[in-house]
Amino acid sequence: MNKPEKLPHFRVVGTNPIRPDGLDKVTGRAVYGDDFKIAGMLHGKVLRSPHAHARIKSIDTRRAAKLPGVRAIITGADFPKPSVAMVPMGEGGYVDMNDTADNVIAKGKAFYDGHVIAAVAADNPHIAEEAVALIDVKYEVLPPVMDVRSAMAPGAAVLHETFNPGAFFMKTHKVLPNASRLELGAGDVARGFKEADVIVEREFTTETVHQGYIESHICTAQWDERGQVTIWTTTQGAFAIRDQVAIVCAVPMSHVRVVPLEIGGGFGGKDTAYIEPLAAMLAKKADRPVKVVMSRAESLRATGPSSGTFIRAKMGAKKDGTLVAADLSFAYEAGGFPGGPIAAGVLTSITRYNIPNVRLEGFDVLVNKPKVKPYRAPGATQSNFAVEQVMNQLAEKLGMDPVEFRIRNAMKTGDRLILGFPCPPVGGVEMLEAVKKHPHYKAPLGKNQGRGVAFSFWFGAGLTSSAELSVNSDGTVQMCTGSCDLSGTRLTLAMQAAEALGIDVEDVSPTIGDTHSVGYTLQSVGSRTTFATGIAVYEAAQKVLKEMAGRAALLWETDPANVAVDRGDFTDMNNPAHRFTFRELADKLEHSGGPVSAQSTVTPERVGFQLAAHLVDIEVDTETGKVDILRYTAFQDAGKAVHPDFVAGQIQGGVVQGLGWALNEEFWYDAKGRLCNASLLDYRMPIALDVPMIDVVILETPNPGHPFGVRGVGEVPIVPPAAAVANAIYDAIGVRMDALPMKPGRVLQKIKEQKSAAA
Amino acid sequence: MSTKKRVAATVNGDAAEFLCEPRQSLLEVLREVLSLTGTKEGCNDGNCGACSVIVDGTLVNSCCMLGVEIDGCEVETVEGLARNGKLHPLQKTYLEETGMQCGFCTPGFLMSSKALLDAHPDPSERQIRHWLSGNLCRCTGYDKIVRAVQKAARMLEAER
Amino acid sequence: MHDFQFVTPGTLNEALKLLAKHGASAQLLAGGTDLIVKMRVRHARPDLVLDAKHIPELNVLKLDGTGLTIGAAVSCRSIYLDERIAARYPALVDCTALIGGIQIQGRATVGGNLCNAAPSADTIPALIALGAMAHLRGPKGKRQLPVEKFCLGPGKTALRKGEMLIHVRIPKPAKNSGAFFLRFIPRNEMDIAVVNAAAAVVLDARKTKFISARIAIGAAAPTPLYVEDAGAVLADEPVSENMIAEAARIASDAVRPITDMRGTIEQRRDLAAVLTARALRGAIDRAKRGNR
Repeated sequence: MNKPEKLPHFRVVGTNPIRPDGLDKVTGRAVYGDDFKIAGMLHGKVLRSPHAHARIKSIDTRRAAKLPGVRAIITGADFPKPSVAMVPMGEGGYVDMNDTADNVIAKGKAFYDGHVIAAVAADNPHIAEEAVALIDVKYEVLPPVMDVRSAMAPGAAVLHETFNPGAFFMKTHKVLPNASRLELGAGDVARGFKEADVIVEREFTTETVHQGYIESHICTAQWDERGQVTIWTTTQGAFAIRDQVAIVCAVPMSHVRVVPLEIGGGFGGKDTAYIEPLAAMLAKKADRPVKVVMSRAESLRATGPSSGTFIRAKMGAKKDGTLVAADLSFAYEAGGFPGGPIAAGVLTSITRYNIPNVRLEGFDVLVNKPKVKPYRAPGATQSNFAVEQVMNQLAEKLGMDPVEFRIRNAMKTGDRLILGFPCPPVGGVEMLEAVKKHPHYKAPLGKNQGRGVAFSFWFGAGLTSSAELSVNSDGTVQMCTGSCDLSGTRLTLAMQAAEALGIDVEDVSPTIGDTHSVGYTLQSVGSRTTFATGIAVYEAAQKVLKEMAGRAALLWETDPANVAVDRGDFTDMNNPAHRFTFRELADKLEHSGGPVSAQSTVTPERVGFQLAAHLVDIEVDTETGKVDILRYTAFQDAGKAVHPDFVAGQIQGGVVQGLGWALNEEFWYDAKGRLCNASLLDYRMPIALDVPMIDVVILETPNPGHPFGVRGVGEVPIVPPAAAVANAIYDAIGVRMDALPMKPGRVLQKIKEQKSAAA
Repeated sequence: MSTKKRVAATVNGDAAEFLCEPRQSLLEVLREVLSLTGTKEGCNDGNCGACSVIVDGTLVNSCCMLGVEIDGCEVETVEGLARNGKLHPLQKTYLEETGMQCGFCTPGFLMSSKALLDAHPDPSERQIRHWLSGNLCRCTGYDKIVRAVQKAARMLEAER
Repeated sequence: MHDFQFVTPGTLNEALKLLAKHGASAQLLAGGTDLIVKMRVRHARPDLVLDAKHIPELNVLKLDGTGLTIGAAVSCRSIYLDERIAARYPALVDCTALIGGIQIQGRATVGGNLCNAAPSADTIPALIALGAMAHLRGPKGKRQLPVEKFCLGPGKTALRKGEMLIHVRIPKPAKNSGAFFLRFIPRNEMDIAVVNAAAAVVLDARKTKFISARIAIGAAAPTPLYVEDAGAVLADEPVSENMIAEAARIASDAVRPITDMRGTIEQRRDLAAVLTARALRGAIDRAKRGNR
């Protein structure tokens, strides 16, 4: 790996210490969702709709209630109607809480295979499961709507008579019974295409995919006599769960305490309340604590996924390689309720290139599948799959090197973006130059082997984060933040605290607060934790240092303005004999006004853009259509890599998720809309043998919006792989791939079409 | 309800006697009866490896085995890897090489890695990937896991 | 999971008696990698589960002068780890070493794979190609039948009420013979075969001519398919790419695949031909190298 040089002015940032929570994770001590137990706990199981689209005629729970060991049964009738409608849900944008409530448990109508109908709490999970099978439900089965094009076609079955269109990044407007739409543009697209010497126009489809975290959704709920409910859960955002539970169960927010446990992966899929309101209602009805564990099949059928899409892309360039026009139309599945990642998909589709004439159109389309959730750079992978293939095809028509063509059109710092503001500092051209110079780019290839490149963009998120630092008398520091740790952010935040305070990272002890113990913090999503919570930690550290400098001034009987603070050393600028290390001063706090702590809540705006360029070599088995990944190099701008090994890990993980999306992952529904591959056997995520080592090149163009220059890094690496692999397949065997996943049967079909066209 | 069965086994070197229902999997017994929650459930059908443990020297998915089947057997779980406060080399290298992110699949990977190094002290990269293909990791892309196993193999070689 | 009784019979007679008494409500548990998962999703609901692993006859793994006996409860892993077996029957290694992950191989059994009777079962084509016989015992005594006659449909076997599989017996490979198994999956391990195929060939002393061949295809019909004609066409013919292609064509014509989430009819037909050819090439190569 190409590690960035440690800049001289950083002591901690840019190093690779060992994470403090690591020991618990290699010894099995760490407490994840299902590892939490509480005395008297019952076990909940959920009855789910076997139909993709159905009216619920009746639910009869009498037989189930008679089974010995059953303690409570709930249905949609046990839930109140939410008192508020559109509520901001962090990265999820504005969400209609009626939809959230109806997604938790069906009220009258089931919108997808796996939609919750009822739930049971019993003495053990086996009894609960037997009881679920004894609930009798009568359905009127309705025709399912399973893809965006049929959902938008005239005469399609209608999911919701009325709905509030989603607003993820941008507002959409209802234009069809099952769809809402947004559009934005610049210049004059018709004139742009007239100026173009080469034009490429194509259509693409992608299938529904799942985040695939290895730990399912699991939570435990317990009420007290004051009507306060405590929920221990595995989540990316305790406050998000708290807000949803409070609204769905009609409890004041102050009476919902959500305690985040260790989380076994999320990738955007674990901040929606699915089972937490069920556990809460079961616990209330049974008057006992209740744990609910989703099985793997339930998790695949009813949580998560990212949208399947249909995309039309038309782009044009001049002979000199300048892009002049783009007309792009995207239809993204929303699932059973509105509000998919359409705006993000549309906006990220071309943001990284300068194109004067643009029309971007997006449809958020209701289908009988689970409500989609963000999945690592939500929406961007799909649109990138289309645009980056068209870019290669334009380059080929122009006779230009595909990387050179991208350099020619790459957005630079200060260029005007389609959103109307100038581009903040980015290093896209430098990154593409690094690709060109890398030995991988010119390495020889064998028969049926090919190389592909893709260039990608993601915004990342700022959003609200809180942190608190408390200085101990021995000079160590407690750090509490509200950010759930998906991948080692306890450490990257502690490193920033240590950097800011001028102490060793081992002296910072990080913890994650629950919703009763730490300031409001939005989810660990949008690549924002190390960036935004890092700023909260930095701000809290500045407050600590200021307070400590004041104490030093008190002890030295001087004005605080005379105290200089540098890397943990406090000095009296007027008296060189006055000197405290951080530790020495910490020891004196008790007697100079009491221990020092500081809190900070921030909502940073200047999020550094994420750019990535990937190179992949593949080989096609032309008899079977199977694609093997031979070599992979990922280039990414981290702004400043706080923990370079973690940054590389994020990139490698994102790449392999992207390769799974590229090659094999898809939800496979039958004609009735039932998910047939709801298992980790048939939802084929990459295994260790499917991928090579993933080489990483980290570039660092500092983000001025963060004190250490940090950009988010987690999301963008999932974006390029699908397009890069498609471009590599073309390079290898000359067929253009227009659908994800590029599974063997599909590649073989393309090869056969190519043969018959040649014959 | 069927009568619970009495089972006597050796778990991480210690004698363990317990009662369990026949329908309880070994995974369930480890987690719920013996409170050894380091072993994880990821899929409950043998496709993710999060529940990997070693029974009588053989690597198995504890979700695909009944608890009653371990009567008279020796079971090793992640909780038994560190001995006398000393981490197993694999535990060290998974930390040093950042061979984990969320850490949920880590206990299963550690047990598969241990079974691999017990059988093949000097594995090739391909052999490592083959042995770990029954374990799914969604966070790391496997790169750093493979490196952690390679490094642990070198450490164990140096210890011999 | 539903509730059931669990017993550990120590003798074959005890097990047979229990099977006779409980009939279809009793199930033998070998590796459990299919049965336990099926019980968990309510596809199997036995009242009585008999552990097969303490019945001596079901745990025999024995290579002798005339062939190999694989007890019904012997794990895949113990087969491929046996160097003598691996040397004589490499096609058995091909299939036993790719079922599930290492974890599954430590438990899953060839007997269980056979009794589970999945069309895609990975050990069955190799057993068919190698000419294996299934040895059964039941209330009416012993009988045996060729493995290709054992599976009757998805999940359906020729086992009669109270009858159980004791072992499979594979004959000693002929001189100048070789066998090979492979499957096609989208990932590199951990999948159910889209199609799988096994071939066993016997060549003449100069290894330029086929004396006989047996070809079996899986996941392309309701049961693993013994494609007798594809093998028969090779007899007395020269070892050549043309003949391989001819056998592959016959195999591809013989299959009766369905379209499902793992593949389409067309893809499976194509794969049947490709895999037959590859299996034959592998088998020929082993025969030529004296490595069966």
